Parts: sequence; C-alpha cells; structure tokens
Amino acid sequence: MTADTLAGTGRLVRFMLRRDRVRLSVWIGSLLLLYVYFIVALGSLYRTQEERQTRAALMETPASVIMAGPGYGLDNYTTGAILANEMVLWMIAGLAIMSMSEVVRNTRAEEESGRAELVRAGAVGRHAPAVAALLTVVIANVVFALLSALLLILAGDLAVADSFAVAAGTSLSALVFAAVAVVACQVTEHSRGASGLGLAALGLAVLVRGIGDLQERHGSTLSWFSPIAWTQQMRSYVDLRTWPMALSVGAVVLLLVLGASLASRRDFGAGLTGVAPGRAEASPLLRSPLALAWRQQRTGLFWWFGGFSAMFVASGTYLGDGIEQTLETMAEQNPAVFEMFGTGDLADSFTAILLVFGGVFAAGYGVSAALRAKTEEAEGRTEVMLALPVSRTRWLAAQLTVAVLGATFLMMVGVAFALWRGAVTAGAEADLGHFLGAGAAYVPGLLVVLGLAAALYAWAPRATPVLWALIAFMGVSGMFGSLLDLPDAVLGISPFWWSGMVPLEKVEAAPLVVLSALAVALFAAAFAGFRRRDVPR
Amino acid sequence: MPSTPSSSTPAVEIRGLSKSFGPVRALDGLDLTVRPGEVAGFLGPNGAGKSTTIRILLGLLRADAGTARLFGGDVWRDAVALHRRLAYVPGDVSLWPNLTGGEAIDLLTRLRGGADKARTAELLERFELDPTKKARTYSKGNRQKVALVAALASRADLLVLDEPTSGLDPLMEAVFTEYVRQAKAEGVSVLLSSHILSEVEKVCDTVTIIRNGVAVESGTLDSLRHLTRSSVTAVVTGDPTAVASAEGVHDLVATPADGGTRLTFDVDDARIGAVLRLLGELEVHSLSAAPPSLEDLFMRHYGDVVEADAR
Repeated sequence: MTADTLAGTGRLVRFMLRRDRVRLSVWIGSLLLLYVYFIVALGSLYRTQEERQTRAALMETPASVIMAGPGYGLDNYTTGAILANEMVLWMIAGLAIMSMSEVVRNTRAEEESGRAELVRAGAVGRHAPAVAALLTVVIANVVFALLSALLLILAGDLAVADSFAVAAGTSLSALVFAAVAVVACQVTEHSRGASGLGLAALGLAVLVRGIGDLQERHGSTLSWFSPIAWTQQMRSYVDLRTWPMALSVGAVVLLLVLGASLASRRDFGAGLTGVAPGRAEASPLLRSPLALAWRQQRTGLFWWFGGFSAMFVASGTYLGDGIEQTLETMAEQNPAVFEMFGTGDLADSFTAILLVFGGVFAAGYGVSAALRAKTEEAEGRTEVMLALPVSRTRWLAAQLTVAVLGATFLMMVGVAFALWRGAVTAGAEADLGHFLGAGAAYVPGLLVVLGLAAALYAWAPRATPVLWALIAFMGVSGMFGSLLDLPDAVLGISPFWWSGMVPLEKVEAAPLVVLSALAVALFAAAFAGFRRRDVPR
Repeated sequence: MPSTPSSSTPAVEIRGLSKSFGPVRALDGLDLTVRPGEVAGFLGPNGAGKSTTIRILLGLLRADAGTARLFGGDVWRDAVALHRRLAYVPGDVSLWPNLTGGEAIDLLTRLRGGADKARTAELLERFELDPTKKARTYSKGNRQKVALVAALASRADLLVLDEPTSGLDPLMEAVFTEYVRQAKAEGVSVLLSSHILSEVEKVCDTVTIIRNGVAVESGTLDSLRHLTRSSVTAVVTGDPTAVASAEGVHDLVATPADGGTRLTFDVDDARIGAVLRLLGELEVHSLSAAPPSLEDLFMRHYGDVVEADAR
C-alpha cells in the first residue's frame, strides 16, 4: 500500500462522517441510552446486595449464560459486575452491526450503485474508500467508548479504570467485526451478501462464546475463539485484566492485511466469488401474486423464525423445574420485581410477560412484512403487477396474507410452542395446550396492529412510521405498565392491554371478539382505500 | 366487462383527460386515439405527461376529468378484464431482486394467461438475454429486455410501451423495431411513447405530440410532414438569387461545387412546387429532397421552449 493508493482518504472520511452524521448519532445515542436505562433500572429494581444476589442466581441458568456472559463476579454481584456480565454482549453486537453496515454502505454498496466509480475517477487512491470507511467506523467507536466510559463513571458511579477498560474493549471487539466486513466486501460482489457474511460472523461469535461459557464456568478454550469473549474476559469490575484487548487489536490488523491483499487481487466492481446462476424457468407454483409474495418473504420469515425459536426456547428454560422457587425468593426479597410480575402464579406471570414480548416481536415482524407492500410500490413493481389482469384486492390480499399468517405463525410456534419446548427441556411438567391457548389470546391484538398497518398503507402511506412508535409503546407498557402506574386510557393504546396478561389473567371472550371485529374493520378499510387511490402515490 | 368491441372500436380512446398532482397540472385536456391495428407514437419531452397518461390508461391513476377507454371499456372500472388483452412495458423496469429474469418472465406471462415456450425461447435468443441471472444483477438494459420479452411473448391485442428501448443498444433497438412491425402485421395495436424520434419514425403510423399535458399535434406522419419543411440539396449553374429570395425558402447556403453552385436549403412543403419551378430555370445537375425528420417537427414544437429556457 503506497501513499498513492490512499490519496483522498481524509476528504472521504469527512464526506462519510457528514453523510452518515444522523445515522451514526442515532446508533451511538441509542446504545448510550440503553446503558442509561440499564443503570437506572438496576438502581431501582435491585437496591441492596441481597437483591442483586438473587439476580446472580438467575444468571447460572443456561439461557442466561447464552444471553449474558461468562459470569465473573457472581459471588459478589455488584452493579459493575452485572453490567460487564450482562450488557457487554449486547453492546458489542449493537456496535458491531453499526460498524459493519457502515463499512458495507460506504464501500461495497457504493461500488454496486456505481457511485464509487465517480469517486474513484477523481484523485482518489485504490484503497482510499475502504480505509476511509474503516477510519469513520474507528472514529464512531472511539466516540462511543469515551462517552460510555464517562457515562458509566458519572451516572453509574463505577470504578474509573474498569469503566474505561470495558468501554475500550467493547469498541475494539466491534472493530474486529468492522474488519470482518472489510474482508467480506472483497469476497462478495453484492452489498447484501457482504452484510450477510458479516452478520453470520457475528452470529457465530455469539454462539461460540455461548457454548464455550456453558461448557465451563468463566468460559472454556472455545470461548476464546470469539471476539466477544475478548472483552468479557477482561473481568471488568471484578478483577480487571487488560491484555485480552490485545487479541482484538491483533485480529483487526490480520484481517486488514487479508482485506488489502484480496482487494488488490480483484477488479473494481467484482468480487472473488460470483453469483450463482438461478433457474431459467419459474417453478410451476409461481403463478399468482400470493406465490410471488411468499417467494419474496419466505427467507426473511425463516430467519425471524430461527431467531424467535432460539430466543423463546432459551427463555422457556426459565420456566423449568425449580424456577418457581428462584422467582419466589426473588420476589420476596425484591418487591419491585414482585410488582412487575404481578400477583398470582409466578410461573404464569413470567409466561405472560414472555408472551407479551413475543407478541410485540411478532407485531414487529408483521408490520415490516405488511409494509413490504410500500417498498414494492415505491420501487415500481406494484405497477407492473397491476398492469396485469390482477385486481388491486388480489394484490394487496397477497401481501397481507403473508404478513398475517407469518406473524400468527411466529406467535403460535416461534413464541408459545418454543416457550413450552424450553420449559419441558428444563424439566417442567408443562401442558402444551396451556401455552398454545395463552398464545392464541394475543393473536387478535396482533391482527389489530396489522390491520392498522394495512389501513395506513392504503389511506396514508406516509404515516406508517407511527406503527413503530406503537410497537415500542406496546413493548414498554407491556413490560413496565404496572410499574409506571400509567392510567388505563394510556395503557389501552396497546391492543394487548385489552386481552389481558394471559395466562396470568383468565381469557375473556368479549375483548377478543371486539379486537377481532376491529381488526376486520381495519382490513376492510384498507381494501376499500387501496381500491380508490392512485398507484403509485 | 367492456362492451363487445366492433372492429371500429378504438383500442385507445382518450378525450379531454386531466390530472393534477397537488398544484402541478400533469394533464390538461389531452386527446389521443389509437385505432385497431395501428401503431401510434406518443411523443413528448420528459415531464410532458406521457407516463401519467399511460398510468391512467392502466387504471393505476384516477383521472380528474375526461374519459379514457380501452377497447371501449372503462380503464378504471374494467381494469382487470382489459388487462387480459394488453401487455405493458414500463420505461424504468423494476424487477423482483431475488427472482431470475426467466422466473420474472414466466410469472408475468402466466399472470397474463400464458405464453408459448417456443416464442419465449426465440425472444430470449433474439434479445440475447440470459434468463438464469438474478434480477438484482441485471443492468438497466437487461431489465428492459425482461419486460419486453414478457410483453412480446404473450399474445396481446394492445401493446402499451413506455419508452421501451431506454437502455437498449442500437442492435437491440433494431430487434425491437422488427418485433413491433411483426406485431403490427398480426393486427396488434401499439401505443409507443418515446422521446426518441427516430424510433417513432421507424414504426409508427400516427403520431401525437404532447407538451405540458396537451396534445399539440396529432395525425399520420404524412399529414404532419405536410405542415413542415423539406430539406433540398441541388447543384445548379445559374444564378440562385431568385431561389434565395423566394417565399418559403429558409436557411439557404450556396457553396461552389463541380460545374456550378451547391445549394442547400429548407423549403415549406406548401411552397415546394413554386420553388422547384424556379430551380428548373437554373439548369439543375443534381437534386435531392428529403422529407423532414421528426427531429425537425419536434424542434419546431419545442424550439420556443428551448429559446425561452436559454433566455
């Protein structure tokens, strides 16, 4: 790499920072808010050391090990230890996704769109865009490290050295994934492929660390193969050691050398692997708008289902043998937790909370699937379909069918069935019917959200972002509604509030009927609206 | 269902069509007719209202005023039934990124009622399109070919083509022209929107020129040319002053040539007889007269716009 191949790097860095200033600020801001939220929540839910020890007991379960960390400091579970053990994984994941998408967006995606051609035709070196993208990511990560360290010290009242160490380690681990993205961008020809490779690497890292930590307390040899462990193993706030950070630095350097050597081996616009040709003729089944919508969305649904299953089977293990006691001790010692879970059967209240969560996630899937219609329209593909002998009703019905069936499937199988599976695995004597029946109680509320999405798409497509606010509210109010002491009028904004915290509360027919009727009305409004409006609008 | 069309029912009939998008008046009383078996050119610069017109014809947009009928049927109410009889190629084709070109073609033709495999294969070969590539890897020209193959493979009574050759190279344009001629020979009606004049000139029977949402000129190519000028080149030995000052002669240039003077000028078609008589007195060695190209027609209609913009 000579100076020539880096010409224009500084200018590009400034350009990328300017172009992505909102994007990067939102990412960093959200992750910092997550820290703030966690610190505040910990402070109010776990006031004494005793209360924190009940949380430590919960962290011994396999699901917790997978979703948290190697469990340093469980014997004396201080706020710092909780943060390092439980938050680092998610922070790294968040930062890694931000960093990888930033790299792909500014290199491969630019090349793919042809914009990079304009840039490279100027006085810009061959390696400059990639190096500039990486520098941009480094800057973002350094900013995050500094701010999060200050936050931990000032708001969390935590040890200075450990706070800086954990912040630096987190950012360095994320940079390893940024370097992975640089390599992925050389290997594949398309930005989607590069993003996919990056996310797969992240998923593998999460999995490897989880399995490693399950094998042995505080992690086995396997754990050390994951860049995430390189921060978790620093034992921040327990018995700090900083040398694991060097592993991240080394990995970044190695990956960049690899990336540079691959980069000089490929042509502009090309990858090392081509795209495999597909079929020359469509399968006999691909002959309707519904078949097309399914074809468009099945891969996405498959991944959502995989994620749902992993998450809710793992959560279900909390409902296994002996969990009753843990929860009871926890609730006895900590009235705030008790209030969150409500009164009555603890396993049922825990199930209810998980189901609400599952319902919110299923609604998130459903809305994103329903809004694919908006993308299709914006890209001009709806026009192509409607110029065929395909009625508007038929086309919209195809899009919504996939969204509705997909979301219902995720709720019933990806959430309710998965929870049952997890509970049974952990040794509980759980009744499948009980879980499925409870899950079904959330479906009418789910359909109301999807009906609203459809109606907004048909009548006021620009207003659809409001749906994400609604879903966020459903999550917060479902989890903390009783804790926050919100009035019913506000809680009632969430369709789930009307059907109640099933199975903790008994299923009532009336609200379910009303919700279903409302959903039907919303869908009818959507079809009526879509039949009369301009396409594209 | 649309009323049973007699042989004289126009394939496309638009009367006084208006459409506004907020304060922007895209169409302002447009008239346009395509008779059965006719290839009609629909010419206008970008933003003149061509695509809006076509979207109204396809029942995608709703007109504010006026009527639009296809085969006598209402374009909005009878959209699905009418679409069984037509095939559409948009100007900027967007395909489903994870489908191959072949899959997209099959899907489009099946939804239109099926196409015969041999014809699809022939079209793929003539347009040199690889159907196994994913749509997201196609260039603009190749996406255009996918839509063209799908449209030409299904037997439609009407082809609605919105700038169909954008992104195609000249060889492919020639293939396209050939298929439009073939379609015409089979009695298919064609509405061909374009801002490429030579394309329209090659295949169209009639032309409608649209500007700011109104048809400013429409008729057969011949009748439109009648309004315009021909370019004449002649080599003469006599004194050309009389020709230069004749009524209807424009932009005359005289240059010395072998055995006399070479004259090039434009002449109003209405005055061409008189000018030829004048030329006859000058001992003509050679003479050629070319009909006006649509380029000329076009420049005349938009020339003032160009000048206004320049000011």
